[in-house]
Amino acid sequence: MENLISIALDSVFVGNILLAYFLGMCSFLAVSKTMRTAAGLGFAVVFVLSITAPVNWLVYRGLLAPGALAWAGLPGLDLSFLKFILFIAVIAGMVQGVEMIIDRYSPALYTALGVFLPLITVNCAILGASLFMVEREYTFIESVVFGIGSGTGWMLAIVSMAAIRHKLRYADIPEGLQGFGINMIVTGLMAMAFMLFSGITL
Amino acid sequence: MKLTHSKSFKILTEPLLANNPISNQILGICSALAVTVQLKTAIVMSLALTCVVSFSNLSISLLRNLIPKNIRIIVEVAIIATLVILIDQILRAFLYDISKQLSIFVGLIITNCIVLGRAETYAMVNPPGYSFLDGVGNGLGYSSVLIGVAFLRELLGSGKLLGIQVIPLSVYEFGYRDNGLMLLAPGAFIAIGLFAWLQNTWKKK
Repeated sequence: MENLISIALDSVFVGNILLAYFLGMCSFLAVSKTMRTAAGLGFAVVFVLSITAPVNWLVYRGLLAPGALAWAGLPGLDLSFLKFILFIAVIAGMVQGVEMIIDRYSPALYTALGVFLPLITVNCAILGASLFMVEREYTFIESVVFGIGSGTGWMLAIVSMAAIRHKLRYADIPEGLQGFGINMIVTGLMAMAFMLFSGITL
Repeated sequence: MKLTHSKSFKILTEPLLANNPISNQILGICSALAVTVQLKTAIVMSLALTCVVSFSNLSISLLRNLIPKNIRIIVEVAIIATLVILIDQILRAFLYDISKQLSIFVGLIITNCIVLGRAETYAMVNPPGYSFLDGVGNGLGYSSVLIGVAFLRELLGSGKLLGIQVIPLSVYEFGYRDNGLMLLAPGAFIAIGLFAWLQNTWKKK
């Protein structure tokens, strides 16, 4: 249990998937202009990450890992090099599936998430989380916690960025630094603040 | 027609500065930041990305009249993922240490927006030769930012370049200290922000 809490805290704060591992930057910069859209995309990412991480865990352990195909009489087979292509296929499939299910059962949520759901397929945070999960050899429960935790961390970062950019609108920024430059520096300062959590040990 | 005025030359050099994929189109910065602690990993990553983007542009452009419009994204992603698997296997075979350091970031080339962006906007509508050059140009544009940031971070962060001590040890005796912040995540964000500032100001002149 303690282990799970530490994974959750680590993925939200210290090892924040955006601020410490730089994943999902493209949509982070493009969508953080207003609070509303930032929160919408944040929720969609949490949602998709908490589904794709465990599903990819099952795919990896059940089909790709060395010796995973022992049940089919092929104990010596190692298909782990296929993980990139299979993970991205699972993610694209899951996003499409989730979209259809939400559309069918909760049209209100569907309109709230809007165009963000399909965009998530190419968000590197999603694929990155699945690859991290393989690299760090998490168990199934740990991968569920890690998925939810890193999604929450990503949402926290994009929502705070949207709030800061809102305040920055009236700041007098040197001409060449406007836009991309100042956004990166603000993100850097935010990353510095998040790093202060690294003293916490459980 | 002089070489510098030909269309091919323009396609190759435009993404280097005027239309740089990272600092102008804000594409593909995920990996740009993570692998720049050392110059060596940045160079390997740049080569890997340049290979993937040029060959994916070439093959997608060759197939562009055969790919059905509705499923083009899936076809593009499949081609890119295949190329990335190839590169990953090559790195594992010949540069195992560096491939361990790059960890998941080679795999993340699949979702790098530069690759998919060029495939979608350029290779789908242009002939193979130009598409290939466009891929090389964008790969080099990406590399220039990556290597620039890595140069700055390794020099200021650990006083080394490519693992060799550049700042003489006698300077340390006068109280010079490496800036440890440069090695951490915030250093990368700030360095790339300053880099974009420099590039924007330079371009205006």
